[in-house]
Amino acid sequence: MSLERFISQAVSSWMSTEGPDSDIVLSSRIRLARNLSQFDFPTLATNEEAFKVTAAVEEWANSGSHPGASRFEMVKMNDIQPLQKRVLVEKHLISPHLAENSRHGACLLSENEEYSIMVNEEDHIRIQCLFPGFQLSEALSAANEIDDLMEESLDYAFDEKYGYLTSCPTNAGTGLRASVMMHLPGLYLTQQINRIVPAINQLGLVVRGIYGEGSEALGNIFQISNQITLGKSEDDIVEDLKSVVKQLISQERSAREALAKTSNIQLEDRIFRSYGILANSRIIETKEAAGCLSDVRLGIDMGYLKDISKNILNELMILTQPGFLQQYAGGPLRPDERDIRRAAMIRERLKMEIKEQ
Amino acid sequence: MICQECNQRPATLHFTNFSNGEKTELHLCERCAHEKGEMFMMNQGHGFSLNHLLAGLLNIEPALQPNTKEHFHQEEIIQCSRCHMTYPQFVKIGRFGCAHCYDTFKEQLGPIIRRLHSGNSVHNGKIPKRAGGTISMQRNLTALKETLGELISKEEFEKAAELRDEIRALEKRLAEQHRGGE
Ligand SMILES: [Zn+2]
Ligand SMILES: [Zn+2]
Repeated sequence: MSLERFISQAVSSWMSTEGPDSDIVLSSRIRLARNLSQFDFPTLATNEEAFKVTAAVEEWANSGSHPGASRFEMVKMNDIQPLQKRVLVEKHLISPHLAENSRHGACLLSENEEYSIMVNEEDHIRIQCLFPGFQLSEALSAANEIDDLMEESLDYAFDEKYGYLTSCPTNAGTGLRASVMMHLPGLYLTQQINRIVPAINQLGLVVRGIYGEGSEALGNIFQISNQITLGKSEDDIVEDLKSVVKQLISQERSAREALAKTSNIQLEDRIFRSYGILANSRIIETKEAAGCLSDVRLGIDMGYLKDISKNILNELMILTQPGFLQQYAGGPLRPDERDIRRAAMIRERLKMEIKEQ
Repeated sequence: MICQECNQRPATLHFTNFSNGEKTELHLCERCAHEKGEMFMMNQGHGFSLNHLLAGLLNIEPALQPNTKEHFHQEEIIQCSRCHMTYPQFVKIGRFGCAHCYDTFKEQLGPIIRRLHSGNSVHNGKIPKRAGGTISMQRNLTALKETLGELISKEEFEKAAELRDEIRALEKRLAEQHRGGE
């Protein structure tokens, strides 16, 4: 298969479409955790119960009334190959837990992959909406709409005091996890990020890298999400997160302006060197690729690099992960083979840009 | 120990994960762990912080439990009548077994919930239409009564009279629902 066709099949809406403030906020996600009152939570549910939960959700999906024109397709974990599961994880559509440890785990995917409803993950139901750019409120309305439709025919476990009852008490109350994925190279290059992360943590929000381990954030991509789910309304949780994100956006913009003013040529050099590596390397590890992709995306956003599409960062961060590389190669690859494939895929993807001009 | 992923390099990173009430272990070399990066972020980050937190909470537990002196009565371990999860089991895996667990462990749960949610202990968000029953009507009623008080203090009696009718109608509907017993 050509890379062009592979990509067109592989990318979800949030990777290829631009949303508000998408020079900094790559995507916005809302997740609602729900459980069905008549069954034990997935942690303890019997196989039979887990099967019934999936059947109940499948019946709901087939019953019709869904928002907009979006139809859902049910993907059952038992029916797909490990590599296909990994690809869904890499696209952020399902969690590693659903892929690897669930019983009768499944997910309902909308055609554009903006909606994904996980079944029998840690909770019976996890409704997720993943939108491009900074669209938290829009994603919340969309998730609420699905939630209301599901509640019409499914019996939720709900308590007056503790709200939506979830398997883990960290999610009780609203069951809401709101998060944004942000590209913050300016704050990294001006060495402000290490000061900002603890400050955000103090506000009751969680900051972490999406790619990479521990405190490391590959590609300068950070996820910021709420920690508290109980005692605040959904709107307040989202508004509080939004106000922090807005501040971060303006800090990132000023950092970029300052960089352009104080170290213009150094920045330009860094961006073009990274471009050179991506366009020419024959072996490249995840970490180096992520760093170069971040530089190139910054170069595009700041106007140093022209005629390259912005979504190259989103796309290649996803597509150069092990699952996708192996899917594209058509079989398993050892880590050293992946590094060669990764370099080849990136070179080819950059060539597509030149062809399109 | 050899890395479970590539079966080549020595495993230097060791992960434990709790799921479905079972402990799974994973031993990887740095390279493979790196490649798997995000998978671990998601599993580890979550599981670790909570178990860590719960372990901390368990230590303060004896002070809150009135019958600690009788801890030799092994049978007194609290257990959920519906899913049979015990409290020590909950502490270990950090997950409840069923919706009824929230009721079973309510005495222990109070401080845990407050600790996890910055001192909050009562849900203040969305109420589902069906499962929420009359809760949203009651909440609505409370809000309307507050508004009524404000209108009266501002001497806007005409508006207050309208609102009073609305409140009476809502109270009547609520009473009917209660009599209907669901
Ligand atoms: Zn290895
Ligand atoms: Zn239980």
